[in-house]
Amino acid sequence: MTSSHTLVAQALTLGYGDSTVINGLDLIVPGGQITAIVGPNACGKSTLLRSMSRLLAPRDGRVLLDGKSVHKIPARELARTLGLLPQSPIAPDGITVTDLVGRGRQPHQGLFSRWTREDEQAVADALDATDTASLADRSVDELSGGQRQRVWIAMALAQHTDLLLLDEPTTFLDVSHQIEVLDLLTDLNRSRGTTIVMVLHDLNLAARYADHLIALADGRVHAAGAPADVLTEECVRHVFGIESKVILDPTSDKPLMLPIGRHHMNVTV
Amino acid sequence: MTAGTVFVKPSSTLDLVVRGRAQRASRRRLVMGILAASIVVVFAVSLMVGQTLYSPADVMGVLLGRDVSGATFTIGRLRLPRAVLAVVAGLSFGLAGVTFQTMLRNALASPDIIGISAGASAAASFAIVTLSLSGAAVSIFAIVAGLGVALAIYALSYKGGAAGTRLILVGIGIAAMLESVTNYILSRAGQWELQEALRWLTGSLNGTTWPQVLTALIALVVFGPMLLSRAGLLGAMQLGDDTAGALGVRVERTRIIVIFSAVGLIAFATAAAGPIAFVAFLSGPIASRLIGPNGSVLLPASLVGALLVLVADFCGQYAFGTRFPVGVVTGVLGAPYLIYLIVRTNRAGGSL
Repeated sequence: MTSSHTLVAQALTLGYGDSTVINGLDLIVPGGQITAIVGPNACGKSTLLRSMSRLLAPRDGRVLLDGKSVHKIPARELARTLGLLPQSPIAPDGITVTDLVGRGRQPHQGLFSRWTREDEQAVADALDATDTASLADRSVDELSGGQRQRVWIAMALAQHTDLLLLDEPTTFLDVSHQIEVLDLLTDLNRSRGTTIVMVLHDLNLAARYADHLIALADGRVHAAGAPADVLTEECVRHVFGIESKVILDPTSDKPLMLPIGRHHMNVTV
Repeated sequence: MTAGTVFVKPSSTLDLVVRGRAQRASRRRLVMGILAASIVVVFAVSLMVGQTLYSPADVMGVLLGRDVSGATFTIGRLRLPRAVLAVVAGLSFGLAGVTFQTMLRNALASPDIIGISAGASAAASFAIVTLSLSGAAVSIFAIVAGLGVALAIYALSYKGGAAGTRLILVGIGIAAMLESVTNYILSRAGQWELQEALRWLTGSLNGTTWPQVLTALIALVVFGPMLLSRAGLLGAMQLGDDTAGALGVRVERTRIIVIFSAVGLIAFATAAAGPIAFVAFLSGPIASRLIGPNGSVLLPASLVGALLVLVADFCGQYAFGTRFPVGVVTGVLGAPYLIYLIVRTNRAGGSL
């Protein structure tokens, strides 16, 4: 059930207008695992995801999916292997949950094409997997933040891709909905072997849920590997510029980062 | 939530999805069927009713090419081209309007509000009044100007991505400018061209001839399917450019094809019937209220447009004692709706 796809960035340089955001970055996304990308605001995490999913052409370097440059793979073909859920997708007014989830079938349909049994099955599976079948006929506008995020993930699932990139899937959600979404993504990874790459703000949740953690700083990968190896006091200092204490999370064997801040410098943990 | 839910009840959810889609499809078919039937009825009535009343048999006779005394001229030369152009222009305005509204996610972004119709109209009146052109040459002027205006609005409002509100405001400004250009051209024209002049101000089907109908019809046959076939892509683009891109839609390419086709529809229909006020703007929101969240609104909006123009033209001719051009009637309907929509959008931030 594990995905055998490899997604690799080589000497990638990205930017908008005059500014360079990512500068000669190399990274490897391990197949069949959950990868979390962390880094300070405006360090190019979203830009990197956009480029890995073909939305932004590189200035230099390349992104390879199974050895082929993603920017040379036809858009529709790529969209059947690799999905992206952007940070703030727009739900049209009054759209129902099923309709929105059904739009994930786009890359599997041609111009004028008919809705097939396979499409129906994919939508039903996506609703089930995200526990949103009970919301099927509801309007997306009426849903809570957590429900809405599950519906967007359902849309990405209906796309049936082996790789799924998510840009801050937990932003604007309270802690219970954050856990709900991350548990759901873990379910997908474990049951379907979907390779997951997500940008996360919360270092501790990233360390908890990721098999592979990538810390970005100054447009490059500062550290990558198992969370225990990456999330260190040195790394937090370098990447975020703050002092911290990293301890072992008592509920898992993952590292837990406690930021210190100017007013608590002398407190010993 | 557990991973198990994936496998526990797939069949019941599948039933739910299949049934839901079937229900929505049948609602959609019903609404579209009623719209299409209404178009046929109003079309037939507008062939029969007028200063002389003809029986359905007479109308059928003329349509089948038989020679019916009196009716052959009145129906074949006067009423039929007029009614056909009403349908063709209505379909074109409705489809092009809702395409812009969907793509820019704003009901105010229809081509008759943001100046594209005004551009086609100004260019056509310039070609007719100042250059004394006619026929296809006028259409070419109209389409070039329509595309030019569309590009100008896009360029003027582009600032790291085309923003909806800025585009609409720029468009409204350009529309005002172009309408004054049309007014200026018409004020230079002779007073005896009043009928013709009204056509370029509000839109009119008076004195429709077959060549006019034919150019607009060809444009509809060419550009209509180009837009309808992209309903799915437009649906994906409603979710935002990045989401659409991730769904395998080539956003920029689709946008160019869609804008070109919609402007083509608007320009050819405008060259034939003038900028029939507010039809492009009204059809989409009306259709989306009729259809509800039951699939693409493109085809329903097109049908609503045809029905609007047919009914408005019929009322304009016979309902008020004086004959009004069709655009006066649609304008009277459209303006209050525009105000309603601006008020509502201001409150709820709605898009269509």
